[in-house]
Amino acid sequence: MSTVQAPHAPSSPAVVTPRTGQSLSTFLSTYVFSKDHKVIGLQFLFSTLLWFLIGGLLALAVRWQIAWPWSQVPVLGKLFAQEGGQMSPEFYTMLFTMHATVMIFLVIIPILAGAFGNFLIPLMIGADDMAFPTLNMLSYWFMWPAFIAFGASFFVEGGAASSGWTSYPPLTTNVASSPGSGWGQTLWLLGLTLVGVSSMLGSVNYMTTIILMRAPGMTMFRLPMTIWAMFITAILQAFALPVLTAAGFMQLTDRLLGTGFFTPEGNVVNNLATSTGGGHPLLWQHLFWFYSHPAVYIMILPAMGMVSDILTTFARKPLFGYRPMVYSIAGIAGLGFIVWGHHMFISGMNPALGITFMVSTMMIALPSAVKTFNWLGTLWGGRIQFTTAMLFAVSFVSMFIIGGLSGIFMAATPVDIFIHDTYFIVAHFHYVLFAGTAMGVWAGIYYWFPKMFGRLMNETWGKVHFFLTFLFLNGTFFTMHILGAVGFPRRLADAYHYETFHHLQPLNAFMTWCAIGMVATQIIFAVNFVWSMFYGPVAGRNPWNANTLEWTAPSPPGHGNFDFQPVVHRGPYEFSVPGCEKDHLMQTDPPDAHSAALAAAH
Amino acid sequence: MGNRWSGMFWSLLFLAVPVLGVATFAVAPSYDIWLPKDVSEHGRSIDSLFYFILGLTGIVFIVTEVLVFWFLWKYDGARTKAPATFIHGSHALEVVWTIIPAATLLFLAIYQMNTWADVKMRRPRIAPTVEVVARQFEWRLRYPGRDGELGTPDDIFLVNDLHVPVDEDILVQLKSMDVLHSFFLPNLRIKQDAVPGMKIPVWFKATEIGQYDIVCAELCGWGHYKMKGRITVESREDFDRWLAEMEARQEATQPEADATAAEVAAVP
Ligand code: HEM
Ligand SMILES: [Cu+2]
Ligand SMILES: [Cu+2]
Repeated sequence: MSTVQAPHAPSSPAVVTPRTGQSLSTFLSTYVFSKDHKVIGLQFLFSTLLWFLIGGLLALAVRWQIAWPWSQVPVLGKLFAQEGGQMSPEFYTMLFTMHATVMIFLVIIPILAGAFGNFLIPLMIGADDMAFPTLNMLSYWFMWPAFIAFGASFFVEGGAASSGWTSYPPLTTNVASSPGSGWGQTLWLLGLTLVGVSSMLGSVNYMTTIILMRAPGMTMFRLPMTIWAMFITAILQAFALPVLTAAGFMQLTDRLLGTGFFTPEGNVVNNLATSTGGGHPLLWQHLFWFYSHPAVYIMILPAMGMVSDILTTFARKPLFGYRPMVYSIAGIAGLGFIVWGHHMFISGMNPALGITFMVSTMMIALPSAVKTFNWLGTLWGGRIQFTTAMLFAVSFVSMFIIGGLSGIFMAATPVDIFIHDTYFIVAHFHYVLFAGTAMGVWAGIYYWFPKMFGRLMNETWGKVHFFLTFLFLNGTFFTMHILGAVGFPRRLADAYHYETFHHLQPLNAFMTWCAIGMVATQIIFAVNFVWSMFYGPVAGRNPWNANTLEWTAPSPPGHGNFDFQPVVHRGPYEFSVPGCEKDHLMQTDPPDAHSAALAAAH
Repeated sequence: MGNRWSGMFWSLLFLAVPVLGVATFAVAPSYDIWLPKDVSEHGRSIDSLFYFILGLTGIVFIVTEVLVFWFLWKYDGARTKAPATFIHGSHALEVVWTIIPAATLLFLAIYQMNTWADVKMRRPRIAPTVEVVARQFEWRLRYPGRDGELGTPDDIFLVNDLHVPVDEDILVQLKSMDVLHSFFLPNLRIKQDAVPGMKIPVWFKATEIGQYDIVCAELCGWGHYKMKGRITVESREDFDRWLAEMEARQEATQPEADATAAEVAAVP
């Protein structure tokens, strides 16, 4: 063999047939009620980015109160004029409750599984679409009633839910216990259930698609890490979510029918007695965390997968320890089901039980450590290209280290006595969720944007966006560790009247300024995103010289994705193969591409 | 892709993470942004565990973050001509970096059990010093009167003003009248949720005379932020004198006290 023939990788761009005389119904079926996984993915992306903005503004309002309690709120203050422009404590509790709710249930979970999962799974395994396109469409449209439920709850009497995103009863089950425990909480539970339905529909679809619809030659151990992560995330969702859904219904019936699953005998809040009793508040916590601990991995595993792929592409190097990476994701998922009690060390749960949860929690740091070492191994000996996507991906690794290490403090039960429900916890989960997952999401957006829209984002502005976000995020969140070391409690509208915390206002003001900077920086991102969609440089099929299947399809791929039948001949990370003329071998390159190149060279 | 300066710049940005990270922790104590003064007996072992983990994670933090910097610096594609190393992993390394953290974490898990047991499991065999009943948004306190027994007519009722004698085992019986609260004494390294329907024992030994904060650490409604109490640690004599004074004051306003008594006693 002396010539390289690539019969299934046409070099000519796909022919896009221009649609003439588009009727309303074709418009609706193409862009609105589309069953195309890519359109659904983008619908998820746009919706979640919009909610990201709302969640960010809620965060700023929260930060405002913490930095300058009871002072006039600029701009937003006009919205609650009845308080004379300053926020009331119940308004503050509503703000942080809805900030977390929006960020977790309407941004992070759906942007990872819904947006990236949908867009990438069929493309990266070489399928023309998901296994169940209609189900897939429904998974997006079930988000809308949830959006409406959460959105409308701001305008009902008493305001939106205000008992924390964890919704602990009896605060949530006794309607007299707080203003947001009225209609707001009911709508919250409704919204949560609907998000759950959406996730479940997505989850069964992803599992089926990944198991059954891989292209010829795409064995499980040739799957890119993104797909492995999505696969295991889908399994986690499928097993954990029913518990949350059931618990949500129990809380709903407690509230509406007086079932009393979560209220003890004779419970009276604010002079309102609960009609029945015989339940226990800790039952909710067990059920809630049985879902929500696995959910924190649902909120990071896909980002870990995406980051692994991006790191290899821009280090021009195979992933270090592919199988250990897969096994550690599986390990995290498995252990993730037996650590939920670490959220309840001081809840009144039997302290002996706390010890078993402490041991399992310590052990779950192990697969996280293994992943980190393998990412470092991937960078080692590479030829690193500092693209925007790469910077975000590297920062994911750098920041995840911080979040993982702070987890160890909290896993240590005696230390957790002091730092539980303080800003140390807030620091921890913002390092894993914002500095980790959100940075991973940005890495993913800059990386796959050309595949989504056929154009590249502006790199210079991308780097400015990265630089400022990175700076401000550390200014906002790193300082939370030392705030937590003082014991500064979370969820307090004003803590400065305590002797222990009275001197912490300047630090909080600094953090709020950083937070404002961080949100403002996203304007750069938004402009770059929209501008590049229309005017960015045309990308071509494979702008990053990456290996995985999506880069063999046109950018953006048409309906049905591939204009040829992809056949997979190797793993996803064959970069810098010695003696090979190209510095990478795509998964579809023929098996003898490498030796042929060698032969041609001689 | 990119010029030689850009790679250096980005590598140094990542080097700033461990540098500024360590600096933050190093500087914070001098601004008093650090663990509040510990005045409890068990607090010492909690704090030393905190420092131990801080040291351990600090080393891992510095080493891994510096490696991130170093790999970015050294393997910058714009400045190195060498091709990337074609390697898929190393079995030996995987084993090493699995076993070492596993052993460390397991050690940490076992090492801390004793402290936890001291604070939460090995309850002193004494009668409760005081009953604390949390409610929106205050701490109701009940001291057993002269008979040393809770639930008798000579109980003494107070709000938010907890007094305990120094250097003695204190046993608090923690309850909640309505929703969840959390009894947080930052200086005594105590935190325990108060749960309606549960009677949870909390114990400590205060080692230094003074006044400290009682904070509610579990969201309990709109007034959560102002659910503040004070704990006064004083000598045995001062404590006895204070309690007698409170008793006398309560007798002077008997009907009012009876009403509170009935309310608090009704809490299951
Ligand atoms: C190295 C592994 C990790 C360990 C050992 C760990 C440990 C813990 C512990 C013990 C808590 C409870 C602390 C408390 O409330 O007192 C906690 C809270 C939390 N963790 Fe982690 N964690 C780890 C990784 C992660 C990851 C990867 C995520 C998310 C992507 C995450 C998200 C959260 C969240 C959201 C909370 C707080 C929930 C709340 O109270 O609102 N953690 N973690
Ligand atoms: Cu957890
Ligand atoms: Cu409270």
